[in-house]
Amino acid sequence: MDSFPISTARRRFVQGIALGGAALGLGLSPRQLLATQSQTGAPELSGRHFALTIGNTGVNLTGRRANAVTVNGTLPAPTLRWRQGDTVTLAVTNHLAHTTSIHWHGILLPFQMDGVPGISFAGIAPGETFTYRFPVVQSGTYWYHSHSGFQEQRGLYGALVIDPEQPDPVDRDYVVVLSDWTDEDPDHLYATLKKLSDYYNFNERTVFDTLRDFREKGVAQTLQDRRMWNRMRMSSRDLADVTGYTYTYLTNGHTPNGNWTALFQPGERIKLRFINSSAMTFFDIRIPGLDMTVVAMDGQPVAPVRFHECRLGVAETLDVIVTPTENRAYTLFAQSIDRSGFARGTLTPNPALSAAVPAMDAPTPLTPRDMGMAGMDGMDGMDGMDHGQMTTMESDHHAMASMDHNGMHEMHSGQAPRSVPFATDAHNPDLPPRSSVDQHARSEHGPGVDMRAHQPQAMLDDPGFGLRERDWKVLTYADLETAGGAPDSLTADREIVLHLTGNMERYMWSFNGIKFADSVPLELYLGERVRITLVNDTMMTHPIHLHGMWSDLEVGHGKLLRKHTITVKPGEKLSYLVRADAEGGWAYHCHLLYHMEAGMFREVRVVKAATHGEANG
Amino acid sequence: MKIGLMLATAVTTLIALPVHAMDKTEPRFTRVLIDQLEVRDADQGMVGAWDASAWYGGDINKLYLASEGERLMEHGGETESFETRAAWSHAFSPFWDWKLGARRDWQPDHPNRDWASVGLQGLAPYWFETSLDLFIGERGLSNLRLEAEYDLLLTQRLILAPEIETNLYGKEDTDLGVGAGLTDIELGLRLRYEIRREFAPYIGLHWQRQFGDTAGFTRERGGEVEQTTLVAGFRIWF
Repeated sequence: MDSFPISTARRRFVQGIALGGAALGLGLSPRQLLATQSQTGAPELSGRHFALTIGNTGVNLTGRRANAVTVNGTLPAPTLRWRQGDTVTLAVTNHLAHTTSIHWHGILLPFQMDGVPGISFAGIAPGETFTYRFPVVQSGTYWYHSHSGFQEQRGLYGALVIDPEQPDPVDRDYVVVLSDWTDEDPDHLYATLKKLSDYYNFNERTVFDTLRDFREKGVAQTLQDRRMWNRMRMSSRDLADVTGYTYTYLTNGHTPNGNWTALFQPGERIKLRFINSSAMTFFDIRIPGLDMTVVAMDGQPVAPVRFHECRLGVAETLDVIVTPTENRAYTLFAQSIDRSGFARGTLTPNPALSAAVPAMDAPTPLTPRDMGMAGMDGMDGMDGMDHGQMTTMESDHHAMASMDHNGMHEMHSGQAPRSVPFATDAHNPDLPPRSSVDQHARSEHGPGVDMRAHQPQAMLDDPGFGLRERDWKVLTYADLETAGGAPDSLTADREIVLHLTGNMERYMWSFNGIKFADSVPLELYLGERVRITLVNDTMMTHPIHLHGMWSDLEVGHGKLLRKHTITVKPGEKLSYLVRADAEGGWAYHCHLLYHMEAGMFREVRVVKAATHGEANG
Repeated sequence: MKIGLMLATAVTTLIALPVHAMDKTEPRFTRVLIDQLEVRDADQGMVGAWDASAWYGGDINKLYLASEGERLMEHGGETESFETRAAWSHAFSPFWDWKLGARRDWQPDHPNRDWASVGLQGLAPYWFETSLDLFIGERGLSNLRLEAEYDLLLTQRLILAPEIETNLYGKEDTDLGVGAGLTDIELGLRLRYEIRREFAPYIGLHWQRQFGDTAGFTRERGGEVEQTTLVAGFRIWF
């Protein structure tokens, strides 16, 4: 931080105030606040019956009073502790002036209990109580949040911890809920993005950067490097839509200055359950001086891997074990992906001790590889104005792409390539006939799509921009495998290809160039195993979340990684397998809140095979 | 200023619809941009000038309103020239919108002129904000106008914005002293500091020159065909 000249007022805003916070609304003094929140940052509720009240609570995280949406008056919402095998009952009462909802993120349940207004149920009207009731069939670390409007951005999120039937005891067990807080009204924030999409980006290239490049790389090389970006009207410095300009990043509801603190005795085994509850922020998490061992991701146990840093996508969860042996404090450091701010906490044997907070890295610009160009120079035909040329180019790519595609499957299965038919449906514009994964549907050619990746790559082992040059181990999906081997079949019945699309300048987001408003539900047949292949045609990283069913990521060599939210990097293509074993309507969307709102959202309907087609009427 | 008032009223009444997740109604937004609100230190005295626009709508279709003009601030404060435009704008490609609409020129000493307009507005490669409009007026008058603007970032908040506007007329309009062909070029260079993104004071230079018969008409009336002025003002949007 000290490498950036930042005024005191600005520093206080970015790093927040030390005390105060969400509990002001409860009338608690800061001392009481520390007393109640020193362990988890939010109270923990456990058992089988829960009464949750959603309301407005005044908070002060930046030195200004603002209005949060809270559960039982706390931010984050209380940590709910369930036990696998129990049936839980949750009575949720709405004290807001607007409809609300709670979605249990990553939980397998009947679709009526999933909490998505318009798909699962009508939502919870003001003054009403809705009672959720479902059996808990899984264990692990998950979270819950509102699925109504922008209530999640205003604080309606909390941790879910489900103890397994056979517990694996550790000495200490801490939930670490990372989030992004803004004093702004999120409706206003969204409108601002629609009016000026780079409003929050204070990392653009200036004329002095250009002069420096001229000196260091030469004028010709600099102009050559910039040519693609300038012609595409994209900024390689556009790393996050919403930044530390408006966000204060929180650890368990504590600002960086508030310094959420967890205690340990040297030699103890400590489980940290990281949950990224942000609306828009990817965090790069590390604990300087301490390696972590991942034991679960998205609630599901994985074969343990030791690492030092991990980029945690929005809505993902990561359980790690740390075993600090020294009698010293450690800093939990979570930088935002664009290096505009950080969340922080402290692991310490003594509440009076804290450790140094590392400086944030300089932001790393995107490369052509991040644009799906794989080092291609020149972007001729990319601007979509010359459709004829475009088609020719794409045709040239089809042959190559099919080869790539089969190659990818081969890599995934470790066996001979299997031919899985692409799902097509004449009634669904998301499912046109296609000859390859990389092929861009006609619907991708329109005002809502400003780029299309020509050579998207398998990038599971790529830590992503900003983490490629690390001299320590950065965890990637390629390192991970669900514990106990593949949890389901490696073979798919059908393959659904979706391209992640958008227009940065207009702030439009969609699948296949089709916004939710213009889409029809995607049908899956009950019991089938479907491969979903995602191709990222944008320069943003998108966490894609399917409700109600597992997404088994194909990490290669016949291995699967069972997840509920899958992050797709710019320029990347990846595939995962879904067992359509939960009948009903489910949400499927990008978990960046404003992308979801803009239309990067689908309804998925799991129907009995005999009735398929009727849902599209 | 009647039109200005109408514009303000229209904008305040068109309030964005509330946003609800998972419903399929497209939210609409309103943006008002007062790109230039400035004083120009001209030969005939201090001149107030404005260039403002507003849109209301969704991602693809928008109602677009614009106004620009000048007003002499001394000697009783007469509006020298003033134009208002209204258009339906439609996004047809990632960076470009069509605009169909109308324009009225208000002249204190001359007849007003009404035009139908068709235009193209968007972001050209290399980040040039560009618009090209063809106006078709009464009695076979036509006017082609090209405008382009660029933001050169000196820092994240200090921005140098060069801009150009040029007009071509298809036919002479003697009442207004406009000749056929290239009539005028305006060049601006404004240095603004964004205190917030929405609010930026600026200083700059404004140069304009008339050409051809238009310049001839002006000379006959004893006017200046070229003028460079120092300008200072505010850029505001919300």
